[in-house]
Amino acid sequence: MRIESHPILTFKKGRKVKFTYNGKEMEGYEGEPIAAALHAQGIKVLGYSPNRHRPRGFYCAIGNCSSCLMVVNGKPNVRTCVEKLTEGAVVETQRGKGDLK
Amino acid sequence: MIKTDIAVIGGGPAGICAAIDAAASGAKVLLIDRNSQLGGQLIKQTHMFFGSQKQHASKRGIDIPGILAEEMKKYQDKIEVMLDATVLGLYEDWVLTVEQNGKYKKIAPRAIVVATGASERFPAFPNNDLPGIYGAGAVQTLMNVYGVLPGESVFMVGAGNIGLIVSYQLLQAGVKVKGVICRSPKYGGYAVHASKIRRMGVPIMPQHRVIYAHGKEKLERITLIKLDENKKEIPGTEFDIETDVLCISTGLTPLGELLWQIGCEMKFIRELSGHVPVRNEEMETSIPGIFVAGDVAGIEEASSAMVEGRLAGLCCAKRLGFVNPDFDELKQDYLKQLHDLRSGPVGESIRKGLAKIVI
Repeated sequence: MRIESHPILTFKKGRKVKFTYNGKEMEGYEGEPIAAALHAQGIKVLGYSPNRHRPRGFYCAIGNCSSCLMVVNGKPNVRTCVEKLTEGAVVETQRGKGDLK
Repeated sequence: MIKTDIAVIGGGPAGICAAIDAAASGAKVLLIDRNSQLGGQLIKQTHMFFGSQKQHASKRGIDIPGILAEEMKKYQDKIEVMLDATVLGLYEDWVLTVEQNGKYKKIAPRAIVVATGASERFPAFPNNDLPGIYGAGAVQTLMNVYGVLPGESVFMVGAGNIGLIVSYQLLQAGVKVKGVICRSPKYGGYAVHASKIRRMGVPIMPQHRVIYAHGKEKLERITLIKLDENKKEIPGTEFDIETDVLCISTGLTPLGELLWQIGCEMKFIRELSGHVPVRNEEMETSIPGIFVAGDVAGIEEASSAMVEGRLAGLCCAKRLGFVNPDFDELKQDYLKQLHDLRSGPVGESIRKGLAKIVI
């Protein structure tokens, strides 16, 4: 959910862009973090931990904690809380450590 | 290899002020930040600051980076800003390695101000890794910078200033705040912040602790327990609260990795919230030429971070021979401002901590 009106803040948003999340087409704003765009659509589970396969969401949202790692455009271990959304980005749930290609 | 007099690592309130004062003294400064804009955590602080006029009191945090940017313009021939640039290492030959837009760069500064800030602490309880459990800073970033709500209802852990302020900001954004807990018999933040959220019907519940989070894929419910005056759990007092977001504001810890790597003497100081560098009153660490400012030197708040930044920038420039004509007056003024910010009962713990680390 997005904030429609706020007593103090106005939000400068980029242009609307399309991206895919696990193959499903979605919309977000260019330049916002991928995790924010997903969260706005109610998606909180971003990946699963390597050993015990526990669901992972973001925690710090400023690129410190590595809880928000996803596969973006084929590249694993991208910190989606600070990675900016771009037109046509291919975003996928990460399971485990990811593979180098 | 990029050469500069002073590299300032971190472009939050401390780093920006360090860059300004170093440049005002005549040094060439490279200000490095991993984000796309300067300001650090100020960019999500919608509340008005305390302190005095000199630290921009009664201004909102979000407006302060603009004010500082205006001041930086005066020294634009001296300060170069490097954004989207993450410092990866600080080596014994004083080479800083930086990643910027997928490129690996090396910087050779003659002196360094480390102003890397802090990261959020994470209390231990079963299932504390469930999605929906977020740091208070994360909730602020999501909500105040990007305009996305963290969830439908929030339960807050920690009643220091951050916990109280973020609760109020959640209410402003239209999110239900179900309650705020802390372990102590009394909340830790200022009464003005506590009163604000109480007036809006949010219960502040001292002497409570989260002992369990429930949920399959994401948070659905938490279990709390009551504590006695010594923060010991009282068996049989457990109860559940339904919430889809648990906001953690149990404090920060300094991000001192670069200081460890280069070999600065570090000490664990409880009152400053973690391992912090030993330094003198000019903010110079045990390694001559390496200075610190802001939360990396001990967790306080943005007002003192700005003053520490100015002090570190001024003294770091002097270390290289760039002596501000008003050095003595400026230094005394900054020391006095810091003294005033840390006076009174609120600053007691900080004063105790500093007494153990400033040589």
